[in-house]
Amino acid sequence: MREVWIYAESEGERLHPVVGELLGEGRRLAERLGGSLGAVLASPHGSLAEELALFADRVYVVQDPRPYTDEWQSQALIRLIEDRRPEILLFGGTRRGKSLAPRVAARLGTGLIADCTSLRIDEDGLLLAELPTFGGRLLTTIACPSHRPQMATLALGAFAPGPKGAGGEIIDCPWAIPGPGTMKVLGQEPLPVDSRPLRGAEIVIAGGRGLGSRANFALLEEVARLLGAAVGASRGAVDAGWMDPEGLIGQTGAIVRPRLYIACGISGATQHVVGMQRAEVIVAVNKDPKAPIFDLATYGIVGDCRQFLLELKGRLALPGAVDEKNEGQDD
Amino acid sequence: MRALRIIVCIKQVPHPDEAKVDPATGLVIREGVPMVLNPNDYFTIEEALRLKEAMGGEVVAITMGPPTAEAVLREAISLGVDDGVLLCHRAFAGADTLATAYALARGIESLGGYDLILTGSRSTDGETGQVGPQIAELLGIPHLTELIRPIEVEGDHLLAWHQTDYGQELLQMPLPALLTVAKGMNEPRLPSLRGKMRAKKQTIPIWGPQEIKAEPDRIGLAGSPTRMLETALPERKSGSKMLEGSMAHQVDALLDHLADMLPGKAGGRR
Ligand SMILES: Cc1cc2nc3c(=O)[nH]c(=O)nc-3n(C[C@H](O)[C@H](O)[C@H](O)COP(=O)(O)OP(=O)(O)OC[C@H]3O[C@@H](n4cnc5c(N)ncnc54)[C@H](O)[C@@H]3O)c2cc1C
Ligand SMILES: Nc1ncnc2c1ncn2[C@@H]1O[C@H](COP(=O)(O)O)[C@@H](O)[C@H]1O
Repeated sequence: MREVWIYAESEGERLHPVVGELLGEGRRLAERLGGSLGAVLASPHGSLAEELALFADRVYVVQDPRPYTDEWQSQALIRLIEDRRPEILLFGGTRRGKSLAPRVAARLGTGLIADCTSLRIDEDGLLLAELPTFGGRLLTTIACPSHRPQMATLALGAFAPGPKGAGGEIIDCPWAIPGPGTMKVLGQEPLPVDSRPLRGAEIVIAGGRGLGSRANFALLEEVARLLGAAVGASRGAVDAGWMDPEGLIGQTGAIVRPRLYIACGISGATQHVVGMQRAEVIVAVNKDPKAPIFDLATYGIVGDCRQFLLELKGRLALPGAVDEKNEGQDD
Repeated sequence: MRALRIIVCIKQVPHPDEAKVDPATGLVIREGVPMVLNPNDYFTIEEALRLKEAMGGEVVAITMGPPTAEAVLREAISLGVDDGVLLCHRAFAGADTLATAYALARGIESLGGYDLILTGSRSTDGETGQVGPQIAELLGIPHLTELIRPIEVEGDHLLAWHQTDYGQELLQMPLPALLTVAKGMNEPRLPSLRGKMRAKKQTIPIWGPQEIKAEPDRIGLAGSPTRMLETALPERKSGSKMLEGSMAHQVDALLDHLADMLPGKAGGRR
């Protein structure tokens, strides 16, 4: 039976959100292949397997108390793959996925396709992976015709989660636990917890260089709070230092697919567009009527983005709130 | 304190802002695009030079590419790198990340010993970030991606902070090891006059598959498990509705259109 595998990345007692996307896409591919869906969990918390078994047909568990290192996890994965020979193996395009997957592929001597945004199976059962190249100016389709498994990392946010399955089998694989490694984790400084994560957000409001100042970016953040939206940025705004790189949207940042995307002072460079073009509704605000962002906007507003934000804020703020002094600044 | 032999992998790429695609044919325009050092690799070189200055030792740069790629090795030397070697041969052409990593790993082994290998975390043309970890696996040494603070070497080990998806993490690992260096982790220096002079004069060996004892079926297109099948221009959806009138009016119209998407009172006019 041909199996499609996904690597179930976890930290502590939680699965990474990308695992949902991997399970969804993995299921779709498995059905196309007439095969089944497997998930690999290498973690101190074997209990996460139950969550995975709601979606996957088989969950391979390597329960090991060590914190994550590429070293022991790659060894465990290689043992499992050599034993079970999956047809396809998918990783999330997280930092971890992008560190682990190349190591595993190199050991197995197989191909690894990076940052895919769309996958399909051709009539011969071959995985065809599409990804943006040349800074998003082109879409390239790549395959791995004669080596197995066919491996890919998936751009974050580019794939939809799938429905639950019939309930899968949990398979303990203590034999896959590698010996003591040479790498030791000595310390960790967690990221500050983001209250409105970009990925999975229903509404994203993003700012670009056209905002012109940190103060205007702060205004955008205020509007985001009123909208219950997550805040994103183009490279222009990140380079200006108004937003940290974790908020970058696009080819080298996050791919988002919210219901509503509002782009303020963003020109619409292809590298940015690949990260947001799947939004259901796109609103673009730009003073230049020829800005490429208008080519894909559902609603376009030609004008100054600060004025736009002030107007919007005025309408969103609670009735009676003092902070409406800026209203009516429209000339 | 031990002296370190550090290998830096650097790459020549088309100038990131000037790479163009012909909108009619969907083909990449290569003519006239200036070639430069991969921006990420400046940080790699800087970290290698800093370590050498702190510990003693030497830094050797290696690149695989066409004959023009010699220029990035000379640039590295002008910054203070001791030596450079160019892997260049028709048989290397068409390499994917695995075949690239294999050739670089063979090249590095042919350079003699090493304590540390540094690569960039990403190139602006390959953009995969895969080459570093793959070199490490092929050489059988541990690796760490996205180094964000200067490396500390203690005896046979190094200590390194790197960026993860969950924060920052400090790891200890034995030498030799490979690290990929995050963009922006340091302030790359400028070339010195003396460096520039040396860069002009230095002989740069050019190695082919024989010099690095590469298996012919593991390099270039023959050694690449992945195949590019086709390219297409990304589709952009059209049919946008431009709103009109004063900004106040446009925002009102927008909120009407979005009425069912926005929370509570936001939808619709007050
Ligand atoms: C390899 C590579 C990868 C990249 N990856 C990414 C990525 O992942 N994400 C990304 O975003 N970029 C990426 N970029 C950069 C990308 O090419 C663009 O440079 C970037 O998106 C531009 O950001 P921007 O739209 O904010 O700035 P600009 O292009 O400078 O656009 C600013 C816009 O604001 C408008 N404007 C100015 N003033 C006002 C005003 N007062 N009111 C309203 N509008 C105004 C202008 O008309 C203009 O359209 C990448 C580039 C490369 C080479
Ligand atoms: N042809 C090459 N020659 C030397 N180093 C390379 C080459 N390709 C990639 N690298 C190294 O690998 C890093 C990541 O590149 P990439 O995997 O293409 O994103 C680069 O910053 C370089 O340090």
